[in-house]
Amino acid sequence: MFIRLVTVALIVLTIIISHSFPWLKTPVIFSLCNGLAVLGVIVLIRAGQVSFGHAMYSCAAGYMVVFLARAYQLDGLLLIGLATSVATVFSALLGLFIVRYRGIFFGMLNLAFSMVLYSIISKFTTITGGTDGLSFTRPPLAGFVLERDAFETALLYVVLACALICGLLAQRYFESAPGQSLAAIKTNETRLEYLGISAKHVFWMGYLFSGFLAGLGGSLFAIAQGLVTPEAGYWVRSGEFVFIAILGGSGHAIGAYLGAFIFEFVRFYAAALLTGAWQITLGTVLIVIIFLAPEGLVGMLTRFRLPARR
Amino acid sequence: MNQTLLKTTGLSLSFGGVTACDGIDFELTEGERLAIVGQNGAGKTTFVNICTGYLTPSAGQVFFDGEDITGLSPRKITRRGVARSFQIPQIFAEHTVRECLLIAASARRDKLGFFRSIDRSVDVASVDETLKLVQLSQRSHLQARLLPEGQRKLLDVAMALVLNPRLLIMDEPTSGVSSEEKHGLMETLMQALSERNVTSIFVEHDFEIVARYATRIAAWIAGKIAADGPPKQVLEDPEVIRNVIGG
Amino acid sequence: MTTEMFILATLDGLSAAALLFMVALGLTLIFGVMGILNVAHGSLYAIGGYVAATLGLAIDKFGLSPALYLPALFLAAILIGPLLGTLLEVGLLRRILGKEHVLQLLVTFAAFMILEDVQRLVWGTQPYFVSNVMNQFGNTDVLGITYTNYQMIVLPVVAAVAYYGLRYFLTKTWLGREVIAMTFHREVATAMGVNAKLVSLLTFVIGAGLGTLGGALASPSTALLPGVGADMIVQSFAVIAIAGLGQLGGAALAACLIGLSRSFAVYLMPELAVLTPYIIMVLVLLVRPEGLFAATSMRRI
Repeated sequence: MFIRLVTVALIVLTIIISHSFPWLKTPVIFSLCNGLAVLGVIVLIRAGQVSFGHAMYSCAAGYMVVFLARAYQLDGLLLIGLATSVATVFSALLGLFIVRYRGIFFGMLNLAFSMVLYSIISKFTTITGGTDGLSFTRPPLAGFVLERDAFETALLYVVLACALICGLLAQRYFESAPGQSLAAIKTNETRLEYLGISAKHVFWMGYLFSGFLAGLGGSLFAIAQGLVTPEAGYWVRSGEFVFIAILGGSGHAIGAYLGAFIFEFVRFYAAALLTGAWQITLGTVLIVIIFLAPEGLVGMLTRFRLPARR
Repeated sequence: MNQTLLKTTGLSLSFGGVTACDGIDFELTEGERLAIVGQNGAGKTTFVNICTGYLTPSAGQVFFDGEDITGLSPRKITRRGVARSFQIPQIFAEHTVRECLLIAASARRDKLGFFRSIDRSVDVASVDETLKLVQLSQRSHLQARLLPEGQRKLLDVAMALVLNPRLLIMDEPTSGVSSEEKHGLMETLMQALSERNVTSIFVEHDFEIVARYATRIAAWIAGKIAADGPPKQVLEDPEVIRNVIGG
Repeated sequence: MTTEMFILATLDGLSAAALLFMVALGLTLIFGVMGILNVAHGSLYAIGGYVAATLGLAIDKFGLSPALYLPALFLAAILIGPLLGTLLEVGLLRRILGKEHVLQLLVTFAAFMILEDVQRLVWGTQPYFVSNVMNQFGNTDVLGITYTNYQMIVLPVVAAVAYYGLRYFLTKTWLGREVIAMTFHREVATAMGVNAKLVSLLTFVIGAGLGTLGGALASPSTALLPGVGADMIVQSFAVIAIAGLGQLGGAALAACLIGLSRSFAVYLMPELAVLTPYIIMVLVLLVRPEGLFAATSMRRI
């Protein structure tokens, strides 16, 4: 109940803020896009696994958007759909191999694949534009050709809708039979097998879903920015996703968005103050959260709720 | 005439010089309630582990319901109708007691909604019934890791029971359960098994329990079956008395 | 590929493997005892290198004897390894032993992020390249190729000494056996009187020292840039993953595999050179999920 309240408050706040302070529209969109990718990371954290390379799916979707937008005159929504599908298929294929591993192997293999993708994108300059990335002209959205400001507003609602739907879907997934089995991977895979449940299959489905979420976040991000650079798939990005996931907490889907908002706004306002020490800040905050509030913001919210109920 | 459910021929496995399983030929008929007794290290758990696919034998075969299941994975063997519980309880420590059973119940279904609540996709009645049976209804919303050892064991057995298996193998189901509760628990458990027509094997150290609930006893000594037959006969076997009960 | 290129690539590969091996040795030792993959190990390598380079520059600046060049490398490793090692172990790792694996990994990742920025703040983003030691050792002709003695002889010798020294310590000394006991079963070892705290700290310091030593010895032959730490943690992880976690001897072979394939890739397919550690790791794990030399582990049931 309390979390539902927070969700509604967050949605209302998002709409109010972006209408009264138009310059905040972009950071709000970016936070929601990041939130989607972070939700993907959270799915895996529920299985006790952490991926240090999940930005690769966002990055792959982003480049898909650019390639398609430059080659054909496609609608924005179609671009998002196609690019997300490609990222999902990509994660399904890679997942076939990666879901066999756990712990540091899982984390580092994801990192390894993301670095391979990053290097390929950076090196094949003729196709990918190298480290400068590729830009594209603003596509029409649902058939409407929009000016910059109207486009941003429309995109905001698209992103908000995606975030809401995916948040709900993720939450339902967490409470479903495959989702509960996914969380059981964290504690006892042997038992799962002895129930006749394939841990690999359960984990593969979770991985695919997380790839879908990261891909959706990445394609929306690309549309919002009108530009994609290899940085989108660099390990630093993946590290940020993991950071936000821990900050927000994996107990509930809302954690992804709460974490992403705080992250984006701290960066928006404090980046200038913290030039050169941004990673020191992130690292320190991460350590503090792990020691003091290992369940993140969601953990604080639910703990806050308990006394009121009893 | 009841048919053979589990059969092993020449089952062998050794761990670096120690022969835990030494050419075991064994048959279990449907409807039996077999107790496996023997001292620690006699190879009881190894036998169970081979039959359920955790270990692969170096020689010999395992048949379940007439089909060769040697070397199949635990998952495939479980899906054929063999469920088991463990000496060290294998539970989902961070799930609640009820969720552990819900997950187990979900294993019986082939199609499961990805976005459908687990409560609505499984047979909740059988879950609640099993919870009651092992007297864990009061604890259903407690995290499994917070249970005392005895109740963890019960949860472990309950998770196997929810699968509705044809054969249930229990590795020391009552160790860790207090002696006052032991008998009552075995009573309900065995009754439930006979009601559901589940054939069972249980590894047990308590001879009182063995004598009372088993329809047949197999005594393990150094990786071999030293005596196998009706309870009275095995418990009076001089070799068993000397090497298993007496020691 | 000409014969000259072949020899050059082989020599490059072996000297890189020697460095990589030292760093990976430290990483796998720490993992064995504490069960934690220390992501910040890459930073120890980088900082060891930066400090060594700084000392090297100071020797020139103050006109000190060139005889100090080589000792300065070891001094850098000895100064920084135990210092940062103790700081990390006492400040962080010792406090996260009971936590979930994900959180353990993230804590060392956080330490890595912090140390990356510290390097940038202290040494800036300009490349450091102090090759005075390397020049001092001169060159030798090998089948028509002129190659530095430092890379060809000094690095492999130090790596071999580090490996055999560590092995001697682990198998022949009392303290070393306590370390081994800890790798098998922490609780049992503690119950039998092993001072877990002390042994952990000691192991961590030795492991960290190997990391900084690798960095210090790398500084004369490679340029130090922001990002070397990240590169090194991935490479050394690839080494220990290929060998199997905790396999010291196997790590030597894995390091050669990665060092050589990378150096050959530099000549044959320069675009893919950076990727070789990843590609080899993926290929090996595809065939042997636990690494080449590790036995599969099973849960007790």
